[in-house]
Amino acid sequence: MIEVKNITKDFGKMKAVDNVSFSVEKGEILGFLGPNGAGKSTTMRMITGFIPPTAGTAVIGGYDITEDSISARKKMGYLPENAPVYPDMTVHGYLDFCAQIRGYGPADRKRKIHETIERCFLTRVEYQNISTLSKGYRQRVCFAQSILHDPEYLIFDEPTDGLDPNQKHEVRLMIREMSEKKAILLSTHILDEVESVCTRAVIIANGCIVADDTPDNLKTRSSVHGAVCIAVATADEQALISVLRELDCVKQAEVLEKDEKQIHVRIYPKELKIPIADRIMIALREKDFKIESLFVEQGRLDEVFRKITL
Amino acid sequence: MRIQDSIANIKAIFKRELFSYFGSPVAYVFIIIFLLLLGFFTFNIGMFFESNQADFRGFFDWHPWVYIFLIPAVAMRLWAEDRRLGTIELLLTFPITVADAILGKFLAAWCFLGICLMLTFPLVFTVMYLGNPDLGVAFCAYVGSFLLAGAFLSVGIMTSSATRSQVISFILSVVLCLFLILSGYPPVLDSLYGWAPAWLVNLVSQLSFLTHFQSITRGVLDARDILYYASVMVFFLFVTGVIIQNRRTS
Ligand SMILES: Nc1ncnc2c1ncn2[C@@H]1O[C@H](COP(=O)(O)OP(=O)(O)OP(=O)(O)O)[C@@H](O)[C@H]1O
Ligand SMILES: [Mg+2]
Repeated sequence: MIEVKNITKDFGKMKAVDNVSFSVEKGEILGFLGPNGAGKSTTMRMITGFIPPTAGTAVIGGYDITEDSISARKKMGYLPENAPVYPDMTVHGYLDFCAQIRGYGPADRKRKIHETIERCFLTRVEYQNISTLSKGYRQRVCFAQSILHDPEYLIFDEPTDGLDPNQKHEVRLMIREMSEKKAILLSTHILDEVESVCTRAVIIANGCIVADDTPDNLKTRSSVHGAVCIAVATADEQALISVLRELDCVKQAEVLEKDEKQIHVRIYPKELKIPIADRIMIALREKDFKIESLFVEQGRLDEVFRKITL
Repeated sequence: MRIQDSIANIKAIFKRELFSYFGSPVAYVFIIIFLLLLGFFTFNIGMFFESNQADFRGFFDWHPWVYIFLIPAVAMRLWAEDRRLGTIELLLTFPITVADAILGKFLAAWCFLGICLMLTFPLVFTVMYLGNPDLGVAFCAYVGSFLLAGAFLSVGIMTSSATRSQVISFILSVVLCLFLILSGYPPVLDSLYGWAPAWLVNLVSQLSFLTHFQSITRGVLDARDILYYASVMVFFLFVTGVIIQNRRTS
């Protein structure tokens, strides 16, 4: 388990991270969100022992990072922001260096490097100099470094930054696969990523935690959560809206957009617990409106994110 | 167990650093300039052949002056480069101690300087061919020169850890080394004689790289001189460790 306990970091007068606490259990993937400069990277740097906290600590697999730093770091894999790598080495040479540092003997090292290179799709560039790699490949090389020793605890600072859509997909799959036996903490600005991989999300702003919940629960805080969106074949707009507003379960109905073929309308329910899709369909059919599509909004993380952090 | 781990870590970092020297043109440029400069000083200014003596004084006396510019240049990238690339974040979150990282880097650079020094062997053979030099003295002088290089290097690695800028690191370490050399230079000591208490004059001259170097190049391999260089290196490497521990954030 990764336990972050009241961790605080001051840079001079500025509090970059202010009394942040959370924990990540094995099997969990915690998404760490926040606007630029919120203190995500600073928190991760303290958890991995790169910078000492001003107050508080992090405990990784039972080892306190400020007291038994080496034992704690042995259990961790870390992908720093901007994926630092040694440009003057080949991919193979770099991973070989990391494997030596992780204490593998020559035979194990060969096997580990081979495995990792295959997993991270680096076979094509194995003996290429890192300075000649594209940004996405460098990111992958640094990612490979962090999972090389199969650590129980993983800290990724923007792991899919600079990857193409296919690679983003692959990395997310990999992270999800690994998560069964590991505790993973990742920071990201891509909210789709949070929905597709994270089991929980912590949002921080100005160094303080402002939300800690599952992505689904967070979405319910969205103003459009539970609203029904319909597209109706072109008809009298006034009539359509008044039919909808007359329903007693509807709080509000608004036209989103209109073109030659369809009118798009969003309908907000009075009470979230009572489903309204069914009632809307019946009411509209009675008046001979033709519903061409209908879906219930889950809510949008980007909206919730903005609401919470601004 | 801890010590074995440490040795393995130091070895890994040592190999990487040494490899990175020879993987870049810097090493070859350095070797060429080192040999050219030493050759120039020894033969053109020091009149090595004209002195008609089959010894190496005219050669080794120039080492401190060549080192003072070249070693800060070798050392300046040691930590500054890691800071620039961000790999320092990787290095300091690996399960290794700061001491492992410093020693690995230091030993790699020192080994590189040792290799450069060995490339001056043709000169020894030339003198052996021309005359009958005292090889024991030559051996001592090489050991002394290597120790001197280590001392300079430890100053350079310290300034490199203190700043992100390689230029500042270079200048700082040239100035520091210059001070450490000059404190044993006769004009400096002469200016102290007369008014300063004897113990102070003694202390200043004892502090100097030069005093200890000269006694070694004369063929006296005194344990005190070796101890002196060892403690200089330990001191500056220790300071490096303190600086890195305190400057992790930026
Ligand atoms: N070494 C430092 N010295 C002074 N201030 C710093 C230092 N490192 C970070 N900060 C400040 O701390 C705050 C948090 O920075 P941090 O890098 O943790 O943000 P972040 O959440 O990772 O942002 P981003 O999304 O842009 O990566 C910022 O205001 C930053 O300017
Ligand atoms: Mg960041």
